[in-house]
Amino acid sequence: MTSVPPVRKEVTVATTPERAFAVFTDGIDQWWPREHHIGKSPLKREVLEPGVGGRWYGVSEDGSECEVGKVLAWEPPGRLLLAWQINADWHYEASFVTEIEVTFKAAGPNTTHVVLEHRDLHRYGVRADELRKMMDDPKGWGITLRRFADAAAG
Amino acid sequence: MTNDSAVAAAFAALADPTRRLVFERLAHRSRSVAEVADGLPVSRPAVSQHLKVLKAAGLVRDEPDGARRVYRIDPRGLEMMRGYLDRFWDRALAAFKAAAEGRKEDARKDKEDDR
Repeated sequence: MTSVPPVRKEVTVATTPERAFAVFTDGIDQWWPREHHIGKSPLKREVLEPGVGGRWYGVSEDGSECEVGKVLAWEPPGRLLLAWQINADWHYEASFVTEIEVTFKAAGPNTTHVVLEHRDLHRYGVRADELRKMMDDPKGWGITLRRFADAAAG
Repeated sequence: MTNDSAVAAAFAALADPTRRLVFERLAHRSRSVAEVADGLPVSRPAVSQHLKVLKAAGLVRDEPDGARRVYRIDPRGLEMMRGYLDRFWDRALAAFKAAAEGRKEDARKDKEDDR
């Protein structure tokens, strides 16, 4: 199949690894981009529960919850492994998993080097059975392509 | 190509029912022109023409396989998805940095990075 390089980002933060880890996890609501929300009403709160198996979800203003994924590894303050389970149709799918690994490394006093890697993106590849379903519905393709375009346009 | 024109091109290419049939033949696996034409009530040159249009629309791509060319679906949706995630994490990490450094500066606001 097609290989897709992971999305890899690095950022240096003027704080300790402990605080960086805490803000990334417990404080996710402080920084999570509001526009990234797949619920029907606006995002009220983003939640990442601590510990392996912790849920990752958003709470909409109407009170409904939208799953994003879960915690796969919880190793404060150095490493975090998350499952991102939003499929190509912008829906949570329990059997669909891409990984996000985040590492926090001290790079000096009060300086932390954060590296984020979002990988397994090849899993977004078009699957034959899904494609067949889309082909069966003439509108299906349009909706999917439109979603991609909207999303890609930010 | 902007996303809008990419989508429009894909729409236009798939509007033709025969072309859709050709495209669907590639959903299962990559095939040569002869293999696509096999079983379709369309001549090989016609299939070739349809594949050309699909390719121009970014929906399929071809690669040489010995003396013949093999066509497969272009996972463009996947590339758009990766592009989206790439920009998304730029924004998210800028906001994360601001939060971790205790700055109010709102990186949540969508500052378009012009890459």
